Amino acid sequence: MGVIVEHFPLYAQGFLQTLRICLFSAVGALVLGTILAGFRVSPVPPLRAVGSAWVTVFRNTPLAVVLFAVAFGLPELGVNGSYFYFGVIGLTCYTAAFVCEAVRSGINSVSAGQAEAARAIGLTFSQSLSLIVLPQALRTVVPPLGSVIIAMIKNSAIVGAFGVGGDLFAQGIQLTSAQGYAAAGVLTGVLLGYLLLTIPGGILLGVLERKVAVAR
Amino acid sequence: MSTSVLYDAPGPVTRRRTLISSSVAGVIVLVVIALVVIRLANQGQFSGALWGPLVSPFDPSFLAVWRLLGQALVATLVAAALTLVFSLVIGTLFAVSRITANRYYRWLVVGVIEFLRGVPVVIAIFFAARVLPEVGLDLPILWYLVIGLTAYNSVIIAEIIRAGVASLPRGQAEAGYSLGLTRGQVLSSILLPQAFRVMLPALISQLVVIVKDTSLGFIISYEEFVRTANIIIQTLHNPIQTYAIVALIFIVINYGLGRLAEYVERRLSQAKRTAAAPADPATVDTGAAGGG
Repeated sequence: MGVIVEHFPLYAQGFLQTLRICLFSAVGALVLGTILAGFRVSPVPPLRAVGSAWVTVFRNTPLAVVLFAVAFGLPELGVNGSYFYFGVIGLTCYTAAFVCEAVRSGINSVSAGQAEAARAIGLTFSQSLSLIVLPQALRTVVPPLGSVIIAMIKNSAIVGAFGVGGDLFAQGIQLTSAQGYAAAGVLTGVLLGYLLLTIPGGILLGVLERKVAVAR
Repeated sequence: MSTSVLYDAPGPVTRRRTLISSSVAGVIVLVVIALVVIRLANQGQFSGALWGPLVSPFDPSFLAVWRLLGQALVATLVAAALTLVFSLVIGTLFAVSRITANRYYRWLVVGVIEFLRGVPVVIAIFFAARVLPEVGLDLPILWYLVIGLTAYNSVIIAEIIRAGVASLPRGQAEAGYSLGLTRGQVLSSILLPQAFRVMLPALISQLVVIVKDTSLGFIISYEEFVRTANIIIQTLHNPIQTYAIVALIFIVINYGLGRLAEYVERRLSQAKRTAAAPADPATVDTGAAGGG
């Protein structure tokens, strides 16, 4: 356990890097996922096809495969960047599929009468979606969306292992494999770092859930 | 045509507008795809040298490559099957002890479940592979992967089963007690069998997560698809093509499992409608939404 105290700065750095990966990916995935959900319920068939193709591909492919495909594929398309950005892009694309499904099921949970009423007073598709349905869907969507984000925080460890480096898990691998510390102590520190994010996240989610809960 | 509540059955004007926006969106999508394809073609990514070993039976490396991929498939399925069996057994034990625990040690069961749910799977696997040998437990790599995956999936399955038990009507347990069955008998012969049935779709969906997570075996050099792909790439230098094939294999397996879950769900709800309808099956949030 001494290793945690001895290398505390390394752990702190790793924690910050993990936080950075999660922040970028969470914002990206929420935006992209909501847009995709809009695609999936839209009256325009090509957009619906894009939405469902995205969900089918990214929900059924392991994150590790997505990450490797992004890291090898994007440079061929002329997009160059550090592994950090490739990692964030991979995690964003992957998580967006789950965000999309959560938002879509939220949209479907808004009772039909609401959308019918919106249509009855002459609102267009985008007006009824953005003014009537989405604000209500948001409440139902908070719990599943929170679970998606917490799962994403845990998935960020895969991003670290795949070579972004510098995050909590990568620091742990470095300390055990390269510097030869006993794995039990090192990895306990790494675990504590993740639990520091996921458990308060879960509690926060529970509070939010009670706050936005609405009888329907 | 459309049953969506978000927009009316289209009239002539809307139909025209939809047609126009569909064409515009379709053209944009096609242009993006075309740009990507052209770019990849310019980089020589469609050359026979890169694709041949994967798709052409006449290529000298074809057999060797697919033998490797076949072994990876077997490795993946073995790890997933073992994980499923262990997770079901241990998950049921977790669920039963959480349901029957008296309040003096319920916090302990809940604590263990919440802890294991909060641990990233990839770290559970790495932890098993590094720490178990330190305490003198030397196993084949497969078992480290299975242990790591089971640690996470058993608690998710425990929550699924618990939600299934909770979704059953009270009368089921009450009828059992009134017959003089003990608590354990009610649970094992009345509640659990029904809970498994109700939760079968959720359990199949969890199998998708397990299959996907076996890919994390590459961290500990277990020769599943990702590790195998990396080995193939080292000799053939065709990462995009190899990963495209690997992704396709995963999509086929998991899409099939997903459809199976939908089918079972439909069958169950049909059976329910014909029988006297009991309570709604709870919509469960197991926290597994983000997959692995």
